[in-house]
Amino acid sequence: MTAQELAQSLVIAAPELLIAIGAMALLMVGVFVRKESANAIVTSLTVALLVAALGWMVFFAPMGPAFGGAYVHDAFTFFMKMLVLIGSIVALVMSVGFAREEKFDRFEFPILIALSTLGMMLMVSADNLLSLYMALELQSLALYVIAAINRDSARSTEAGLKYFVLGALSSGMMLYGISLIYGFTGHIGFDEIAAAVTGGERSIGVLFGLVFLLTGLAFKISAVPFHMWTPDVYEGAPTPVTAFFAAAPKMAAMAMLVRVVMDAFQPVTADWQQIIVFISIASMVLGAFAAIGQRNIKRLMAYSSIGHMGYALVGLAAGTVAGVQGVMLYMAIYLAMTLGTFAFILAMRRKDEGNVEQISDLAGYASNNPLMAAILTALMFSLAGIPPLAGFWGKWYVFLAAVEAGLWPLAIIGVLSSVVGAYYYLRIVKIMWFDDAEGRFVAPAGELRLVMGASGVFVLAYIVFGGPIAAYAEAAARTFF
Amino acid sequence: MAGMPLLSLVTFLPLVGVLVIFFISDETELGLRNIRMVALLTTVFTFLVSLLIWAGFDTSNPGFQFVEEAAWLGGGLTYRMGVDGISMLFVILTTFLMPICILASWDAIKDRVKAYMLAFLILETLMIGVFCALDIVLFYVFFEGGLIPMFIIIGVWGGKRRVYASFKFFLYTLLGSVLMLLAIMAMYWEAGTTSIPELLAHDFPPQMQFWLWLAFFASFAVKMPMWPVHTWLPDAHVEAPTAGSVILAGVLLKLGGYGFIRFSLAMFPLASADLAWLVFALSVIAIIYTSLVAMMQQDMKKLIAYSSVAHMGFVTMGIFAANVQGVEGAIFQMLSHGLVSGALFLCVGIVYDRLHTREIAAYGGLVHNMPAYAVTFMVFTMANVGLPGTSGFVGEFLTLMGLFRVNTWFAVFAATGVILSAGYALWLYRRVIFGALEKETLKSLLDLTTREKVLLYPLVVLTIFFGVYPAPVLDVIGPSVEALLVDYNAALQAAAAAGDVAAQMN
Repeated sequence: MTAQELAQSLVIAAPELLIAIGAMALLMVGVFVRKESANAIVTSLTVALLVAALGWMVFFAPMGPAFGGAYVHDAFTFFMKMLVLIGSIVALVMSVGFAREEKFDRFEFPILIALSTLGMMLMVSADNLLSLYMALELQSLALYVIAAINRDSARSTEAGLKYFVLGALSSGMMLYGISLIYGFTGHIGFDEIAAAVTGGERSIGVLFGLVFLLTGLAFKISAVPFHMWTPDVYEGAPTPVTAFFAAAPKMAAMAMLVRVVMDAFQPVTADWQQIIVFISIASMVLGAFAAIGQRNIKRLMAYSSIGHMGYALVGLAAGTVAGVQGVMLYMAIYLAMTLGTFAFILAMRRKDEGNVEQISDLAGYASNNPLMAAILTALMFSLAGIPPLAGFWGKWYVFLAAVEAGLWPLAIIGVLSSVVGAYYYLRIVKIMWFDDAEGRFVAPAGELRLVMGASGVFVLAYIVFGGPIAAYAEAAARTFF
Repeated sequence: MAGMPLLSLVTFLPLVGVLVIFFISDETELGLRNIRMVALLTTVFTFLVSLLIWAGFDTSNPGFQFVEEAAWLGGGLTYRMGVDGISMLFVILTTFLMPICILASWDAIKDRVKAYMLAFLILETLMIGVFCALDIVLFYVFFEGGLIPMFIIIGVWGGKRRVYASFKFFLYTLLGSVLMLLAIMAMYWEAGTTSIPELLAHDFPPQMQFWLWLAFFASFAVKMPMWPVHTWLPDAHVEAPTAGSVILAGVLLKLGGYGFIRFSLAMFPLASADLAWLVFALSVIAIIYTSLVAMMQQDMKKLIAYSSVAHMGFVTMGIFAANVQGVEGAIFQMLSHGLVSGALFLCVGIVYDRLHTREIAAYGGLVHNMPAYAVTFMVFTMANVGLPGTSGFVGEFLTLMGLFRVNTWFAVFAATGVILSAGYALWLYRRVIFGALEKETLKSLLDLTTREKVLLYPLVVLTIFFGVYPAPVLDVIGPSVEALLVDYNAALQAAAAAGDVAAQMN
């Protein structure tokens, strides 16, 4: 690599560099400021850092490959990195009030978020198997610590440990898959692998490698049958951490999955398509049925997220432009809905008991605070995929792709499980509106109201302004073809 | 008026009311009054504006009128609105019933008035949108979106088993509709468009028509509702507040019938012809079976709900008879049923507001202290039976005649439904209105108030007017129905000719 290429690469990857350097600097800041105010200062600085990286990416960063093909920035990565950054920023902002109220004031938390965000951005941009694995590990290591950050709580520690053991296992499998692929094709770059398997000439070894690789990726998006960690981690981790887990890492892992199968393994679509179809169906069905019996709203959201990953995979299973477009839009819409819902879960505070997490605690909320209840109702109907709300359009695009590709069993099972899924979202609406009030929540903090309001507006108004987003996603999806 | 987006205006006017009500506080008595007034004024104004559509409607033009187009979500999805003779009167029916619903809830709804009015106004927008949409995805959005406010209306302001009823209503109809959604997607890839006029002109392959027809059938049959997927309706009706029942019976049930005409019959003529026997069989079972069930009901609302299922049986039968009498009769029957069943639910609501029970056995002899009520109730009972001179007769007669031309046996069985309907309706009337006024609780009941008269008398006038002189309605629907059937028969003949050629080839 010449000096000029290096300079060009650094310019392309400037947002990531900014976060990497900034996070290290903030670590120093955290050590040197007074302990009582460290969390608040570092959190706000981290938010500023991430916003700066987002702004840099939107306005300055050029697109193109970098670092000798290890890294790429194009329309697709642009879109997905936006989602990652928005997810991280919003999750951080939402943690402020919680940190204040619950003595959750470790300044390492925002820095770890920044570092895992860095890992996620590199995951999205990874263009060969090695940079993919490095990025993934950077992200995962930060997430293991974040899951267990509330180290005085047994639940949180358990969640962190569980996540770590299972995550390490999946990383190991993935690495094994990567080594098989490298061994049988002789390449780690996605384009070279694609060239090596073109024409259907893939050895059984590559197929094994692909299966192991997909296993690891499925773990990261918590698709069935690699979902076991999700409910426990969602329930055990402090709520701002859960909100973060539900948002940004999902975006990055899904982007990575899309790039691996659409870029490196597009010539052998038939091989991975059946795997994706299976995990998609399994995720949708399990997400729909297992959520019915849940009493804890965070656990419910865990199963809901499993189901939603299944729906997003419906688009990927199609393996077409419409399919990739569908996945992107689905993730964007899911991000907005899930952040809004978690803002609401964070706002479930009682004066005497602090934060509560049982679904039954919502009883009669509509008579106490009709506006907030209306927003959560819209979010629930949107998660259930009822038009005209945004969630419907997410489903519209992915199922449209599945129908185009003729994947009828997938499409039919998908829409039927969405009816089952509608039941438990309706149950939340029912508890809020139909049941009698049991107690009041304290007025939600300003930043939570802001997030809820923004996601409510997004969900309601997507039908009006969704056109440009869909058009951009379609153009981005074409980069794979 | 040219160039003015009249349909969009009518569709989204209720949302203006929503915005206004949103900013009115419901803490004070004055605020509540204002909320009710704004809701009423919005719906009345919407109705008046919608009359402009009727005034400007060209009855000689069988195509779509007042067409609007605007860019929307891209990818082929365009915002298209328009009405023809089939859909126009449903728009008027909706806007006409809405002020009545608001008035009917004036005193009956005391809890969370603001949310109630908001839900009704949003529901109005969605229902009008269904009839005006000329893009199949836009249609679906309006069609499904209506579930949300209706779920809330039944669940919050309904009766004892409201939770069960609202879930059943929501999940049943959603289950039917998601299959239609997949069919819409398949049509999009086949025809390359979501525009309804273009889809109407597209010839779908026969095999595909079969599956698409079944998927649409799943949705509309539940919405209609047809036997055996009708069981959500009695539950939803019984538990819904009065105005909710009126809207459910008056408009929401018509979405299914409208869908059958607009999509199943017009877009999949071959499948419709092949599967007409299925519809006839289910309709005849519905007419006879639900009429018998209605006869045995203890609850007034449930009785009317079952009678609605029976009446909808005539509608489906008429539609798939696929001749001028059948289809026109079906549309007329739907419009008439919208007025009559809505009015019947209002009548039940009036006594329910006074006595808080819908048990038939709790009533009797009301004619003695509520004469005006007895007379209006009688008019609607007669219309429900299909007495000549009321609007109920025209629709039932035309659909039966249409069916008779296609299949005599089905017509014979269906005709027994007319007799059965006389049985349960008149028996209900006798038990509630006639007899001696013996029960102590009933003796103090007052006759209709001015507000209730304002609600019911226009419906009485319209029921009798359209029964005696149905021409204004039939003139509007005639040309569009004829055009539809010309296309339908042409498609059948083309397919038959193609079949002959194929037979000769072998």
